[in-house]
Amino acid sequence: MSDIIKVFPGVRALDGVTLQVEAGEVHCLLGQNGAGKSTLIKVLAGAHRPDSGTVTWRGEEVVLRSPIAAMRLGIATIYQELDLVEGLSVAENVFLGHERTAAGFVIRGRDTRVAAAELLRRLGHEEIDASRAVGELSAAQRQIVSMARALSHDVRLIVMDEPSAALDPDETENLFRIVRELTADGVAVVYISHRLEEIRRIGDRVTVLKNGRSVAGGFAVEETSDREIIALMTGREIEHVFPGRPAPRESAPAVLRTRGLAREGEFAPLDLELRAGEIVGLAGLVGSGRSEILETIYGARRPSAGEVSVDGRRLRPGSVRSAVAAGLGLAPEERKAQGLFQLESVTRNVSVSTLSRFARLGWLDRRGERVATKAVTRELSLRPDDPDVLIRTLSGGNQQKAVLARWLLRDCRVLLLDEPTRGVDVGARAELYGVIRRLADAGLAVLLVSSELPEVLGLADRVLVLREGRVVDAAPALDLDEDRILDLLMAGHADTTSPGTEPS
Amino acid sequence: MTQQPVSSPRRAAPQPASRGKRPLRGGPAGGRPPGPLARLGRQADVRNLSLLGVLAILVAVGGVTEPDTFLAGSNLQLVLTQASIIGVVTVGMTFVITGGGIDLSVGAIVALASVWATTVATQEYGFTGILFTAVVVGVGCGLVNGILVAYGGMVPFIATLAMLASARGLALQITDGRTQIVTVDAVLDLGTPDAYVLGIPPLVLVFGAVTALGWLLLNRTTFGRRTLAVGGNAEAARLAGIDIRRQRLYLYVLSGLCCGIAAFLLIILSGSGQNTNGNLYELDAIAAVIIGGTLLTGGRGTIVGSVLGVLIFTTITNIFALNNLQSDVQQIAKGAIIVAAVLVQHRTLRRTGGA
Repeated sequence: MSDIIKVFPGVRALDGVTLQVEAGEVHCLLGQNGAGKSTLIKVLAGAHRPDSGTVTWRGEEVVLRSPIAAMRLGIATIYQELDLVEGLSVAENVFLGHERTAAGFVIRGRDTRVAAAELLRRLGHEEIDASRAVGELSAAQRQIVSMARALSHDVRLIVMDEPSAALDPDETENLFRIVRELTADGVAVVYISHRLEEIRRIGDRVTVLKNGRSVAGGFAVEETSDREIIALMTGREIEHVFPGRPAPRESAPAVLRTRGLAREGEFAPLDLELRAGEIVGLAGLVGSGRSEILETIYGARRPSAGEVSVDGRRLRPGSVRSAVAAGLGLAPEERKAQGLFQLESVTRNVSVSTLSRFARLGWLDRRGERVATKAVTRELSLRPDDPDVLIRTLSGGNQQKAVLARWLLRDCRVLLLDEPTRGVDVGARAELYGVIRRLADAGLAVLLVSSELPEVLGLADRVLVLREGRVVDAAPALDLDEDRILDLLMAGHADTTSPGTEPS
Repeated sequence: MTQQPVSSPRRAAPQPASRGKRPLRGGPAGGRPPGPLARLGRQADVRNLSLLGVLAILVAVGGVTEPDTFLAGSNLQLVLTQASIIGVVTVGMTFVITGGGIDLSVGAIVALASVWATTVATQEYGFTGILFTAVVVGVGCGLVNGILVAYGGMVPFIATLAMLASARGLALQITDGRTQIVTVDAVLDLGTPDAYVLGIPPLVLVFGAVTALGWLLLNRTTFGRRTLAVGGNAEAARLAGIDIRRQRLYLYVLSGLCCGIAAFLLIILSGSGQNTNGNLYELDAIAAVIIGGTLLTGGRGTIVGSVLGVLIFTTITNIFALNNLQSDVQQIAKGAIIVAAVLVQHRTLRRTGGA
């Protein structure tokens, strides 16, 4: 497929992606959250239709109109959230949509079970009883059933979206064995994962996605170091001008403080201090716990230990309202799903957290609301400068400004920014950086999470490097550079696997 | 981008800049007239206009087929009176649906409130006793619904379905299947022409008041705004610091309150309380809300649309009755209207770039 572009309202999810997969190879697709991986595989699966670009299948240009059309061509997709029907049996799931029937509609149960059992045997999982309900199976077993379903078609290309996420090491081994057998038969596999060591082990070639673009297409895994791959994922192709930093204000009072804040299985006890006027960045790869930390501070997740305090006052654990009342504001990672009211105007999206200020006994002063929100959106130069325009018609950058405006209007003290430039056009980013820095200069404390190292390094005053839920380094941004952070992040990968990590 | 983007030039001349830029930018805000009234829910207005058109056609049909009876003052009073009871219920339902929920128990709550308020024991307390009981029973049932949904984490469909079953059962238990005749004159008098104000029946006045209050509540208060937020995107509302559970609780209480008021109106109209009252009100109310233009998924709601929906349905029933058409034909017509309305809604949504 080449030059695939997919535009959703407000976001260019895919902005010219080229992916070339050859028969019998394992092609790894890499990228941070939101890089466009999921959208791309949905295009491949026929679930989304691209706005432009072409898909070429065995030398012929094809249009994947629907999932069925893709399946008929021999493209099967195994989604991360498995799409199995829990109430049906394993065999019924495997042949769902192309049942083995007599006279066109009578399901031949026995035949189906035998065929399903045969497929399971081929996958090395004879122990799964084809007549059991899928709902009773473990996550790993369901994965196998999904794979059996893919194989039940005459499949030439299998797309696997983070297939190892729910598997333990043994099961992952088995997965790799299956993948190798498939490729030996000439089947192509598109393998999505953010675990570099897996890619190192079974990948033949790698394509890296970033911001909806393929930044590196189809280079051989063997010849590329982990470092290069991480740099491609986290780095930036265009140089940005970051706003200058003011002199450090050591004397500024700490606004936000966490003590021993932790969530089991997500991140280790964290002691963090955020001063007024300071931007602190959290650098880490997917799964390092960066978003989880932000959401726990904000009360959207309940900590398993520790506490958060603002100006010395403890927040009620697990209470967003307590956090908001204390002056915290969050720009969530999934802006559309977690931050915006798509049906509403800019004004209403901005004022939603401050409604009671514009109300007397519940009665809204709509003029006051408009004037105040407009003042804030102007301050952030949100475009278009029309408070009544629907939020979903705005560009990603302006939607993000609306989210920031929401918290500014509340006079918030601490801003938690989770991937603030996700889905924001490259050109609009510099402006957003300027906005964030200005807010800090005005006395806000900012905690920034970003997948992109240059962004963290360029914007933050202080950087905490996270690896698997642990802070492995903390230093002023000026004392760090990408090399050093890449080393720290990579060390994390060296920890989890033993050999094979180093390029041989 | 340098350090100080908010420098004086941008601040000094915001207005000319915005005026000049808007047409250039092209976007959807393009040629929009700036008047605040014109901006006020443009799409909703278009939809309400088309509903008004449908209503006008129906009135014309009624006027042509039954010129003598349909347009008579007494018949219009009848239509509006019939619309009042279901109309009050529909206003409550509009809030619940706008907030992303559903209330299947409204008919049963009306039944329970109407029989509880007409027991011999209650009637001893006269007018206020009946009114008070009807409202308290309605609010109480709504409270239970709300607690189950908001704090018990139950799916609204299931929680209110359970309420439907139990409230009907309780209503049957109280009456033992008998009709409870109201003997309180102060209540019965409200149903007679003597009580009409300028020719308007008191029931219709109550309906009008509930509609007006409902409109104000939805469009002019923090409560209404939070309802839209919770219905539009509950997760975003939660992360914006809204207490979504309390909001949901209030919505079901409000719906219960409307049911209590409707029950009182029904008692006035029928002079009795029966456990079969309010049969299938839930379907009529939901249908009126949907054809009115409120999104079944929540996040957008219109009181005016819902009320127009109620009037359309009531008018159809009236015309069919006047023309001696069977109720089975009525049901089919209702079904067709719901389908047509939803199809139109989908198309409008797509055209405005939504969903």
